[in-house]
Amino acid sequence: MIFAKTLGAALRDLLAGDPRVVLLGEDIVDPYGGAFKVTRGLSSEFPERVRATPISEGAIAGVSAGLALSGYRPIAEIMFGDFLALCFDQIVNHIAKYGPMYDGGASCPVVIRTPSGGGRAYGPTHSQSLEKHFMGVPNLRVVAASLQHDPRAVLADLVGGAAPALHIEHKLLYPLEPANGDSVLVAQPGDAGTGLPTVALRAVDREDCAATVVAYGYQAELARRVLERLAIEEEIFAELLVPAQIAPLDWAPLEASASVTGRMLTVEEGTARHSWGSEVAAVMGRRLFGRLRRPVEVLASAPEVIPGAPAREAEVLVGERAIETAIREVVR
Amino acid sequence: MTTDVLVPGLDARLTGSPDEPRNARLYRRMRFVRRFEETLLALFQEGVLNGTTHACIGQEADSVAVIEHLRPGDHIFSNHRCHGHFLSWTGDAFGLMAEILGSPEGVCGGIGGSQHLCAPGFKSNGVQGGIVPAAAGIAMAEQLTGSDGLSVVFIGDGTLGEGIVYETLNLAALWSLPLLVVVEDNEWSQSTPSSANLAGAIADRFTAFGLPVAELASTDVLELDEVARRTVESCRERRGPGVLVIHTYRLCHHSKNDDNRPEAEVAARWELDPLAIHGVRLDVEEREAIDAEVEDALAEVVVRARAL
Repeated sequence: MIFAKTLGAALRDLLAGDPRVVLLGEDIVDPYGGAFKVTRGLSSEFPERVRATPISEGAIAGVSAGLALSGYRPIAEIMFGDFLALCFDQIVNHIAKYGPMYDGGASCPVVIRTPSGGGRAYGPTHSQSLEKHFMGVPNLRVVAASLQHDPRAVLADLVGGAAPALHIEHKLLYPLEPANGDSVLVAQPGDAGTGLPTVALRAVDREDCAATVVAYGYQAELARRVLERLAIEEEIFAELLVPAQIAPLDWAPLEASASVTGRMLTVEEGTARHSWGSEVAAVMGRRLFGRLRRPVEVLASAPEVIPGAPAREAEVLVGERAIETAIREVVR
Repeated sequence: MTTDVLVPGLDARLTGSPDEPRNARLYRRMRFVRRFEETLLALFQEGVLNGTTHACIGQEADSVAVIEHLRPGDHIFSNHRCHGHFLSWTGDAFGLMAEILGSPEGVCGGIGGSQHLCAPGFKSNGVQGGIVPAAAGIAMAEQLTGSDGLSVVFIGDGTLGEGIVYETLNLAALWSLPLLVVVEDNEWSQSTPSSANLAGAIADRFTAFGLPVAELASTDVLELDEVARRTVESCRERRGPGVLVIHTYRLCHHSKNDDNRPEAEVAARWELDPLAIHGVRLDVEEREAIDAEVEDALAEVVVRARAL
């Protein structure tokens, strides 16, 4: 089953299993079923709790806040991740604030799902990965869908939690099949720790890996493809770590891996400068000072507007070629 | 799903009692809010309190009149100028004083401070506009649950500049949410007069969405009480949205020591002081007795709060 359908099935399970779950978003009802068809079928089955909204992202987030404050479990869909900018005040000054600023007198566990990222030639305002702007907001979980994580488990965790969460879904994941284990890169049992597990994939023992590559979302899938190719064709081995929750990030799996491999590369599709990888590099550089053989390498997209023309878009966004070049550089 | 109840253990010298004559009760409750705010400002002057505060002096009749008609199960969302709403709903003078003092004994453990309050059935946030969709979400929860609770949000004229207010009005009308929007138009957004901030009429903003609007210009608590009663009852009966626009006036500065309004204008509005308008309906002795009780009760609150 392709990822979009798995995600839809996960949402259906949540609606069926918990009468407090409510879905809000633009064009999410049948027969259209959402711009990326993730919610198709859900409004027919749960008409009261699956609501199409006007084009009002701020109010979608804000109404979700009120529902959550009242004990409901709203899941809002923001049609394009770019439009999260229209929810920024709601997320930062309202949704993430209520629990802590009322000293626990209320909780506001809103889940906001949003299709993000480029590769579809949608141009400057429908292709961005804006999640880095939300990382570091106190009391906000930022989580990235990946093919290595079952969306049923991830969404159940988010909906069941006390803290609000942003669920970033790269558009190019939707038509893909989830990981099926048919790869030389074997997923290691992840340690869930206090939240969602970081999945580790490697073809050989960690001690034989020349580097640790950390990536999330669709970039994790691209990195997996590159590492699989390098392992098979050139016997270049690196361990790939795929966190679901990218902020706050569980540092333990990263530290455990890089302390053995001695080298680390981060990969993200968001723009370079003040990025997710910058934070990883800063923390790992401090934690593993003296134990890394080289500084943490950060790979991110060019800090430019994303062009609509496909060829030019590909020049700006991180792709397989850039990942391969970066891995070769790191293990050199 | 709302399980909120009013805070128990209230001081009837501040909140009044149900069997008290109505005129006395309304006066007492306004006097409570007025003297709380004045006491707070004095403590700021003294340097006991930190941060900032936005007093509602002159607007006491709004909160007292509207909240007279709310009941457990309803929910209030308020704004930066929230003390009157909070006190009229909860009666918890000590919890608010302690909060503003930054004490763990405060209603939000000293984290929220003056503008960010939480109590059963009550919340406030100091960012303009964003509370309106949250109140609509609470109304939607009440609708989904099938309760007869009403979600009430207090905003000011200045907040009508925020776009999210209009996003929410559209949704509230479309989905017929049990949401009552109370606009307290005090004619000034911080230092800017409404004439420089607001094009068109306030009521037209709501009627454009097909929302029923009750509107009055008054600081007389009895007039407000009657209109508020009808508006709240209407929302409850229809299980739908409504708007109450109150044209009032802020007799004090916006926050602290920041009043550049024409002195003559402010002086003229003191003639419409809600406590004076309603106070004359009570015998002098009765009024002075209430004043003394409020004074004693608040003095005890201050002693307790200072001892924190």
